[in-house]
Amino acid sequence: MDEKTKISRRKLIVNTLQGIGISFLGGSLWAGFVYEAKSDPLILRPPGALPEEDFIKKCIKCGLCVEGCPYDVLYLAKPGDNKPLGTPYFIPRTNPCRMCEDIPCVPPCPTGALDIKSVSSIKNGKEVLDINKARMGLAVVDHENCIAFWGIQCDACYRACPLMDKAITLEYERNERTGKHAYLRPVVHADFCTGCGLCEHACVTEKAAIFVLPRNIALGKAGKHYVKGWMQEDEKRLEGSKSIETQKTERTHKKAEDYLNEGF
Amino acid sequence: MENVVEKPIEEEKGSLFHRYKFLFLRRLTQITILALYIGGNVYGWKILQGNLSSSKILGTIPMADPFAVLQILATGALVATDTLIGALIVMLFYATIGGRAFCSWVCPVNMVTDLANWIRKKFKLDRDEFHPLYINRGVRYWILGLSIIISAIVGTAAFEMVSPISILHRGLIFGMGFGWTIVASIFFFDLFVIKNGWCGHLCPLGAFYSIIGQKSIIRVHHNHEKCTLCMECKSVCPEKQVLSMVGKDGYTSFVNSGACTNCGRCIEVCPADALNFKLKIKNPEKEVETNA
Repeated sequence: MDEKTKISRRKLIVNTLQGIGISFLGGSLWAGFVYEAKSDPLILRPPGALPEEDFIKKCIKCGLCVEGCPYDVLYLAKPGDNKPLGTPYFIPRTNPCRMCEDIPCVPPCPTGALDIKSVSSIKNGKEVLDINKARMGLAVVDHENCIAFWGIQCDACYRACPLMDKAITLEYERNERTGKHAYLRPVVHADFCTGCGLCEHACVTEKAAIFVLPRNIALGKAGKHYVKGWMQEDEKRLEGSKSIETQKTERTHKKAEDYLNEGF
Repeated sequence: MENVVEKPIEEEKGSLFHRYKFLFLRRLTQITILALYIGGNVYGWKILQGNLSSSKILGTIPMADPFAVLQILATGALVATDTLIGALIVMLFYATIGGRAFCSWVCPVNMVTDLANWIRKKFKLDRDEFHPLYINRGVRYWILGLSIIISAIVGTAAFEMVSPISILHRGLIFGMGFGWTIVASIFFFDLFVIKNGWCGHLCPLGAFYSIIGQKSIIRVHHNHEKCTLCMECKSVCPEKQVLSMVGKDGYTSFVNSGACTNCGRCIEVCPADALNFKLKIKNPEKEVETNA
């Protein structure tokens, strides 16, 4: 090998390393920014949206869902909105989802980030769109500021709900303070609530006392070791289990007064 | 050969339209496409709906940005066939016909950077005494690679999160927000820092189209016999390295580099008609006949 090729090879290696070095610097900054910017845990997506983690992968930010919506409910996040850039969202307090039966926002989605299957049900052996299956979020009632909980009669959210008596029911209870009135408290049922936000939009309080949150924020999780023994469906989970597994923590051989006094 | 030499080069090339034919056509294309997209959102026109990331022609034919789709695939997500077909249509168009034409005929950022470049030229900001910052034109390919790697690591299309192209285009259709700051930063970068800084050095989408458009058939062709070596073409070209054959003895050939955006500026400014768009169908090797 002659001198010339040797030098050019060395140059190539050093240049490549330079490239890698600056890429690592720039790439870390870029990746760090994108990682932070891609998530807003409180964002509300259009009907049929995949779980946020998958949605943010698939959404190509074309705005066809935004154009599909006849009520201009959806926005594409722009710089300054503090939302994952270019992705669709809605704000129920100002403009809630109207739950169109033909769901014009979902079929135009070219990538499948809005999943038609998740908002379809089988009717007469045919797959038809069913907006009631949408799970955009879940309405949550603030018991402190909902005036119905104070004893003032208000059923604005209950009447605004497109799934009245399913997603929101009114719970009656005698008002002991006055002795002759009733509380008419709204109760949201997660099995039916689509998260459209018509209730939040209708709420009469200054800042809505019923509001939509993403379901993974609004809902807790009991853990699979709790079995609803009074429900046949849930008890089926026990079928096939061989023995009761207990935690295998080794028992201490110390006396109670010893280990209770440890550290004193 | 003789008649070419005798042709006075100072001769006017005709009307204003004739002298800026491609520039005019490019602006017309860029603005028409933009107007159709805006009409699609504001008035519900069905001609072009969506935006440059993904759209539908007449409500049926899908189109998708193949680079955006590549990033989505890198995250590990599978996209619906509509998007795959759309990306394939766009990719085939540029790979076989257009080359890197997206950059100079469609991309809205081109209007921003061309304006910066025009002002730059007016005020002669391109002098060596100003010690211009140097960035290798290859940096865009590194950024292209990084886009894919970061998409895979972070789990979302990485360039689409920061792309000034999408921010400007989406902004004009769906609302700009603070997006103008990003557009302004590109403008000032190109105006004060580096000539053709964004489009010619950094943009990974341009790099992407450079790679896939390398073998496309519409090409600028340089005729050595007519060339008077005035170098007007190199002074207007945003990617002057692609015109490397100009000034080389007896070298008649196509612009083969994928970096050429087919903007046609060199053709317009050539006083000797040595540059033209031609279809490159036959083997380029045969085309390099010499008469030196």
